[in-house]
Amino acid sequence: MDLPVLNSNQESAATSGGCAAHSCGSTDDQLGHLPEHIRAKVHNHPCYSEQAHHYFARMHVAVAPACNIQCHYCNRKYDCSNESRPGVVSEVLTPDQAVKKVMAVAANIPQMTVLGIAGPGDPLANPERTFATFRELTEKAPDIKLCVSTNGLALPESVEELSKANIDHVTITINCVDPDIGAKIYPWVFWKNKRIMGREGAAILIEQQQKGLEMLTARGILVKVNSVMIPGVNDEHLVEVSKVVKAKGAFLHNVMPLIAEPEHGTFYGLMGQPSPSHDELQKLQDACAGDMNMMRHCRQCRADAVGLLGEDRGQEFTLDKIEDMEIDYAVAMVKRAEVHAQIAKELEEKDKAKAASAEIKAKLVAIEGASRLTPHALRPVLMAVATKGGGVINQHFGHASEFLIYEASPSGVRFIGHRKTMPYCEGGATCGDGESALDVTIRELAGCEVVLCSKVGYEPWQPLEAAGIQPNGEHAMEPIEDAVLAVYEEMRAAGKLAPKSATAQKVA
Amino acid sequence: MALEIIESCVNCYACEPLCPNDAIYQASPHFLIDPDKCTECLGDFDDAQCASICPIEGAILDETGVALNLPGSLTGISTEMLAKYQAAVEATYQAALAAKTA
Repeated sequence: MDLPVLNSNQESAATSGGCAAHSCGSTDDQLGHLPEHIRAKVHNHPCYSEQAHHYFARMHVAVAPACNIQCHYCNRKYDCSNESRPGVVSEVLTPDQAVKKVMAVAANIPQMTVLGIAGPGDPLANPERTFATFRELTEKAPDIKLCVSTNGLALPESVEELSKANIDHVTITINCVDPDIGAKIYPWVFWKNKRIMGREGAAILIEQQQKGLEMLTARGILVKVNSVMIPGVNDEHLVEVSKVVKAKGAFLHNVMPLIAEPEHGTFYGLMGQPSPSHDELQKLQDACAGDMNMMRHCRQCRADAVGLLGEDRGQEFTLDKIEDMEIDYAVAMVKRAEVHAQIAKELEEKDKAKAASAEIKAKLVAIEGASRLTPHALRPVLMAVATKGGGVINQHFGHASEFLIYEASPSGVRFIGHRKTMPYCEGGATCGDGESALDVTIRELAGCEVVLCSKVGYEPWQPLEAAGIQPNGEHAMEPIEDAVLAVYEEMRAAGKLAPKSATAQKVA
Repeated sequence: MALEIIESCVNCYACEPLCPNDAIYQASPHFLIDPDKCTECLGDFDDAQCASICPIEGAILDETGVALNLPGSLTGISTEMLAKYQAAVEATYQAALAAKTA
């Protein structure tokens, strides 16, 4: 993790001012210290770059229904429009339908830079459908990045075809490197014309995943590793997984929380297997971060998601709707290039502004130094942010269906993750449910001391304060990190940042 | 002798490319096996390929109507757990219904 280091010396802040876009050492992006050629590949990929995910959109096409393994967190009877989790889709598409849909979305949402095939089964267990889609898109929509997500079982045999299809990003879901742990996650795999149960199957899967990872990195194809954190099963083990995959050349590790509810009908859901708390997830991500780049902005989206991460505009692009759309892709490509250039310019300006805000940071360091406190005497604070994208605070508290979580500390501001909630106020008929939705939001924001939004109504104000979460609508339209830092500085000036234990002692 | 795909099939396509006799075909509402072509993979594979990759317990029957994958054999989800699942789905549905009418 590369974070702005505020309490080391002022020189680092000064040097960061001269950096060009995307190569700045002071980036808050988890990609900050990657070699330039990798950053160039991922700077506009919303799933790989934390910064990019505020600006660029992605889509998945569900062309790959077949799977060659069973995971205990998956229910193969996928077909629910109300569930938002991987492996769930509303309609499976043929490659032709998928290509049409991708082009319709690309023309209507020019910020869409990435097309992924992620299921609802395993893309490489459907090689004909998956590669037919990639081949046609390579030809018809060359300005779209292609990527694929796989369990890895069929990966070694697919590497050749993947490199031909000009795919430079692959995600492998690796939940373990130990077959005994694997046996608790994967009841079976289909391998060489047989269903192989339990530990034996898990061992084959692990071997293929590791082999595939090595083959991909040897060819210069970027590999991200996804891991599902399953408390009591693989949670401690994932630190080891992180070490192993990094050693083999994976450039990013994405530890995601298990999703398990009885109504999903999965083994874990029905067994009452707990999901990790926000705190447990963050601790594990931090433990893994010592070994490699961690990704924290994943939204675990559906295999047919469309739009910015955190939003799903799939309903605007159903088969019957795209049937009626006339797409002139040549025209669309020109518009897309303009929009992408505009975003690039905006990001460059932001980087410049960030350099300016380094002054505030330097001030914080100076004040802190003068206060005779040891550098870490100021405690870190979690803040929740309501945003619709663009890297600024631009959403009403009551309209947010998720909040981004940032941690402010003397060493800077870092992105921690996101928390999904129900919009407290959707307006109209659903407003009657406001109270319970607010309770959910307050519960989900546990641990946060501030919530930053463009506006917050009178009604939620007091319950938020009572829960120890200070509502703050004073930084509307400001860049998120600047606002978080400014609020942190206000808290420091008001003497609110003494370590919690010390405060408790004072009270006693 | 021939195997049969029944209505619990979720149309995942997994079995179709594996059939050594091209006996499996897409149909509505679900995939079907042409009984004239199916050999249950005898002579080609030790195990019937469709039943070896099918993720849905009970979706493929042998010629006597017996499921090749018994309840709980693939997912580890027992019949009791499944009953619990159905209760949870029902509860979610009722809750949604109550919220709508409230």
